[in-house]
Amino acid sequence: MTSGGIRRSFAAWAGLAFALFGGAVQAAPHPWQLNMERGASTWSQVPYHLNNISLGVCVVIGVLVFGAMFIAMFRFRKSRGAVAETWSHNTKLEIVWTTIPVLILIVLAYLATGGLTSWADTTGSQMTVKVTGYQWKWRYDYISYHGKPIEKVGFMSKLDKLSNETRQLDSGMNPYAVKVGNQNTYLLNVDKPLVVPINTKIRFLITGGDVIHSWWVPALGWKLDAIPGIINAAWTNIKTPGTYRGQCAELCGQDHGFMPIVVVAKSKADFAKWLAEQEAKSARPAAATAAATPAAAAAKTLQLAAVPSKAKQG
Amino acid sequence: MSHAATHDQHDDHHGAPKNFFQRWCMSTNHKDIGTLYLIFALTMFFIGGSFAMVIRAELFKPGLQLVQPYFFNEMTTMHALVMIFGAIMPAFVGLGNWMIPLMVGAPDMALPRMNNLSFWILPFAFTLLLSTLFMPGGGPAGGWTMYPPLSLQSDSLAYVVFAIHLMGISSIMGAINIIATILNMRAPGMDLLKMPVFVWSWLITAFLLIAVMPVLAGAVTMLLTDKYFGTNFFNPGGGGDPVLYQHIFWFFGHPEVYIMILPAFGIISEVIPTFARKPIFGYKAMVFAIASIAFLSFIVWAHHMFAVGLPLGADIFFMYATMLIAVPTGVKVFNWVATMWGGSMTFETPMLFAVAFVILFTIGGFSGLMLALVPADFQYQDTYFVVAHFHYVLVTGALFAIISATYYWLPKWSGRMYSEFWGKVHFWNSVVWVNVLFFPQHFLGLAGMPRRIPDYNVAFANFNMISSIGGFLFGASQLIFLGVLIHGVFFSKKKATDRVWEGAKGLEWTVPSPAPHHTFEVPPVIHDEELAHGNVNA
Amino acid sequence: MKSPGCYLGAKVIKRSPRGLIMSQQHDAYFVPVASYWPFVAAVVMFTTMFGAAHWLNAAPGETGFGKTVWLVGMVGVLAMFFGWFRSVIRESLAGSYNHQVDTSFRMGMMWFIFSEVMFFGAFFGALFYIRMFSVPWLGGEGHGVLTHQFLWNDYAASWGANGGNGPQHLGGAFRTVPAWGLPLLNTLILLSSSVTVTIAHHALRAGHRGKILLFLGLTVLLGALFVNFQAHEYIEAYHELNLTLHSGVYGSTFFLLTGFHGLHVTLGTIMLAVIWFRVLKGHFSKEHHFGFEAVAWYWHFVDVVWLGLFLFVYIL
Ligand code: HEA
Ligand code: HEA
Ligand code: CUA
Ligand SMILES: [Cu+2]
Repeated sequence: MTSGGIRRSFAAWAGLAFALFGGAVQAAPHPWQLNMERGASTWSQVPYHLNNISLGVCVVIGVLVFGAMFIAMFRFRKSRGAVAETWSHNTKLEIVWTTIPVLILIVLAYLATGGLTSWADTTGSQMTVKVTGYQWKWRYDYISYHGKPIEKVGFMSKLDKLSNETRQLDSGMNPYAVKVGNQNTYLLNVDKPLVVPINTKIRFLITGGDVIHSWWVPALGWKLDAIPGIINAAWTNIKTPGTYRGQCAELCGQDHGFMPIVVVAKSKADFAKWLAEQEAKSARPAAATAAATPAAAAAKTLQLAAVPSKAKQG
Repeated sequence: MSHAATHDQHDDHHGAPKNFFQRWCMSTNHKDIGTLYLIFALTMFFIGGSFAMVIRAELFKPGLQLVQPYFFNEMTTMHALVMIFGAIMPAFVGLGNWMIPLMVGAPDMALPRMNNLSFWILPFAFTLLLSTLFMPGGGPAGGWTMYPPLSLQSDSLAYVVFAIHLMGISSIMGAINIIATILNMRAPGMDLLKMPVFVWSWLITAFLLIAVMPVLAGAVTMLLTDKYFGTNFFNPGGGGDPVLYQHIFWFFGHPEVYIMILPAFGIISEVIPTFARKPIFGYKAMVFAIASIAFLSFIVWAHHMFAVGLPLGADIFFMYATMLIAVPTGVKVFNWVATMWGGSMTFETPMLFAVAFVILFTIGGFSGLMLALVPADFQYQDTYFVVAHFHYVLVTGALFAIISATYYWLPKWSGRMYSEFWGKVHFWNSVVWVNVLFFPQHFLGLAGMPRRIPDYNVAFANFNMISSIGGFLFGASQLIFLGVLIHGVFFSKKKATDRVWEGAKGLEWTVPSPAPHHTFEVPPVIHDEELAHGNVNA
Repeated sequence: MKSPGCYLGAKVIKRSPRGLIMSQQHDAYFVPVASYWPFVAAVVMFTTMFGAAHWLNAAPGETGFGKTVWLVGMVGVLAMFFGWFRSVIRESLAGSYNHQVDTSFRMGMMWFIFSEVMFFGAFFGALFYIRMFSVPWLGGEGHGVLTHQFLWNDYAASWGANGGNGPQHLGGAFRTVPAWGLPLLNTLILLSSSVTVTIAHHALRAGHRGKILLFLGLTVLLGALFVNFQAHEYIEAYHELNLTLHSGVYGSTFFLLTGFHGLHVTLGTIMLAVIWFRVLKGHFSKEHHFGFEAVAWYWHFVDVVWLGLFLFVYIL
């Protein structure tokens, strides 16, 4: 019956072990993964540590409470001749076990508030990308990079062909055979990934084209809903080059499970090269579909970068 | 004390009507109506459970094997709607119907005919809801939360909305009845602060129901008009906001989840003292904690919306308020443990389920607390971590409490003892498999598996398979439950005594087993030592 | 006695009122006999809802059989109310309802009204959210800076005629109903009706039948007048102001709030009329007139909601 408690502490130890020895950045989930990944951005440590700390706190409280309960169940059973006491309240005790949780919660709240405040601050970003969710694909529009507006770099990104064929009902195809290198990418690969530079504070403007979607790459540490008619903003600053995989995280209809997200982070030099290629391509007509992002808007964005774009309200 | 079965001048009314239609469709008897509710809830539990089995079967391994994605979404949606509105809530109302009048010494519910209407709406409401599965456009597939604009794409929206209106009407009337019964029908001497905790928990739950079911009705009405009458509540083009729906829905939705747990707290607070043979520890604190949880439940709704892009201040407010709920809930957990401490315990089936409740519900509460931390929730939101959280509080919380209550009071209802052996078999199977079913879902969520998806990357395969196996076996274990119930109601040879359990206290144990069709026609004289909580606040 | 249609065979159970001990005076508690009305109610409610849903889903231009089913359901609902209340009134006249039953009824009505308050609360909440957050945000205030900049660049948010229908100006340009015309008149009408119903109540307690009938009758007339004016207002809104259900969120909140309120006034008026006939038939006594009071409470509730509407929908 301790199964719950033991497993929980098992998870905590596994998490701890992972934190200590799992140094390498995980770009995609791996089999038997027990804990959240550490992430690859400057901010992604926040949820990771909060997760571990709060888990640890809960395990400790759990051990104490369930421990006391098991002792009670062992010591005070009728079959051992226990005779029931008659007392039924103790105000001091009640005060103690009201106050202690409050103190613990204050600590957790303090940590969480700090992390949240830094997340909400999109000021000073060096690059802006607009993300639009559609049933069932993503659209990426590059809006500005290092103060310069980018024109007509934008594309759709949808589930890769192999995954898509494999995932059909009774396709007879093997999900395990969908691979990139030695990584299993079934349902986690796209035809055209989002390419971004590392060590750059990138601001994402996230919106929806039809219904609500949610843009989530676990390695970046957050997800944010893509709501039609509304722009949500968040930022990331990726530390290591790599390929980071995620999925749409808000139910958006029948193919909600089939609209993955892939972010490829390149060194600044490589990214500059890539961007130049894209711009050259789009200079030829009909390369990009209606990006709907006038340069004027992009220019305004830059002015805006100076003021906090998440106005504080309460 | 005066025996409930004492005769008055209306002997001819003592028995139940013989005519089937008269007895069951026209009833004004709280026990018969309670029975109807319980049977209905059990049926719905099996229906909702079969939908869950479809979900678990499809998720057994990667790749789509059984159903199309759209149908999968219908299953997820229906599973939740049926379980919440069809199984858990009616089961609690059924228990309330049966036990509240017995516990407070009332002859019946305050408004018996309305009581019958509250019940009979339900089978019709669910006919309406479930019929959509057979319609050309299919059933609702936007999740039980029905977020627009997605839910507006569904052809069955009107049916679902009206079904929810009906359920709402039923719940509101049921709740009004319970409040009126508790406030107006108590036997002389049954002071508010001597009432069983179960009755208190229902009083507060009923208040929550009346406060939030109309809000849900309003929310789905706006969906209806947005789809069929061209309004723009949830359309930014017209000045509206899809997020507005989420605010209104969760203003209902969060109190709703406490509607599903407060009566469970009440049940556990009856069962543990009985089998610990010791009065509940901190009666007043327990009542106060329930009231605080109910109050807080109104100001935490946006914790379901941390990822929609709320203003920073709102995120912080809702985080703090949500975390606060851990305090009164903790008080309850600690008080249950303190009740066991120094007791003289035995572990019959109801007690086993109650003990499992305390541990497993607390684990669910812990993951709830983790979800409340906004930056962490940015990762957890809409993953299987959330699914694990709410099944721990709902299945091993609400459902286990209902099962515990069923074993606890079944002898009083049927007059026969159920089989303790098979009850224990049911318990051990349930408690093992439910953990195999839901515990790995924490890992899946942490590793990044979104919820509401019919298929997944192969990295999630191992734990999904384990979870599915746990699911099938947990489902199969409920067949044992069904067997124990049928045996215990119809076939068991062992007669139940009036008190049934050695340590049981309270008015319900002073009437014969099975409880006669009418009880407390003459109000009982209350002796404080007869009550479970008669002297606790002395 | 055994027939389900007979409501006079109410079951009387001996009961001592709370606070008295057994040897003191016995009151009787009333458990009504079985009745088929609740079951009938469930059936007709289902019929209505099913019909309505089917009707709504019918292909454009046709009504399918949904409308028919809905109509049958509605007739059933009316018949059910009539039958159920008739039996309740008979029981009440037979004196079966004692003090405790009366209290249960009162609690029932009070909590029912509370649930109605919460129902309106959902719509008022939507109105406040839309006015305080969603529209300003779309217009670029505070949290909505980016939304405005990237999606609705030329939207100047404001409530009412300029902007109340959102950035896409849905439903086209419209004008709002000025608060100080018909709405003001309607406010005065409802306020006076509150006064008249209270006078009628006092008259009832004092036993002046003529006065009751007069003032209750006046209340009914005022209620009908209100509904009449509101209908005019709607016609004007549609035909002259181009204010329709499609006029963005302004139209949505305006028509749903005033519409649900109007529906409640209509129901309240019907209930008042029924009570008027019951007074005529002498159903109420000085002490025993819960039916009257319930309807009066309901009327006051409808009145208070209107004040909220007048303030938040029309004036502000
Ligand atoms: C019975 C139902 C029930 C109950 C009781 C709870 C209880 C709680 N829930 Fe849960 N919840 C759900 C049902 C329930 N929930 C459902 C159905 C959903 C998903 C809906 C959907 O999206 O479909 C959900 C989702 C949900 C979310 C949103 C997740 C997301 O979508 O991202 C959050 C976030 O804050 C949350 C938090 C909490 C908290 C803090 C509690 C607290 O009440 C828990 C308090 C209890 C304890 C903490 C344990 C005991 C306490 C102690 C031993 C004291 C000491 C402890 C500490 C100091 C830590 N819940
Ligand atoms: C009160 C609530 C309640 C209860 C009791 C349950 C019970 C169960 N739930 Fe569920 N569940 C929810 C409320 C509940 N759930 C909610 C609110 C959601 C969210 C929906 C959404 O996202 O919109 C959800 C979602 C949900 C999901 C996620 C779906 C998705 O995201 O796509 C899953 C997946 O495993 C699941 C599984 C189960 C299982 C296996 C059980 C089991 O406990 C069921 C066991 C019962 C039976 C199986 C029935 C009885 C037995 C038989 C019929 C015999 C035959 C069976 C066999 C022989 C195997 N539930
Ligand atoms: Cu897009 Cu889910
Ligand atoms: Cu909640």
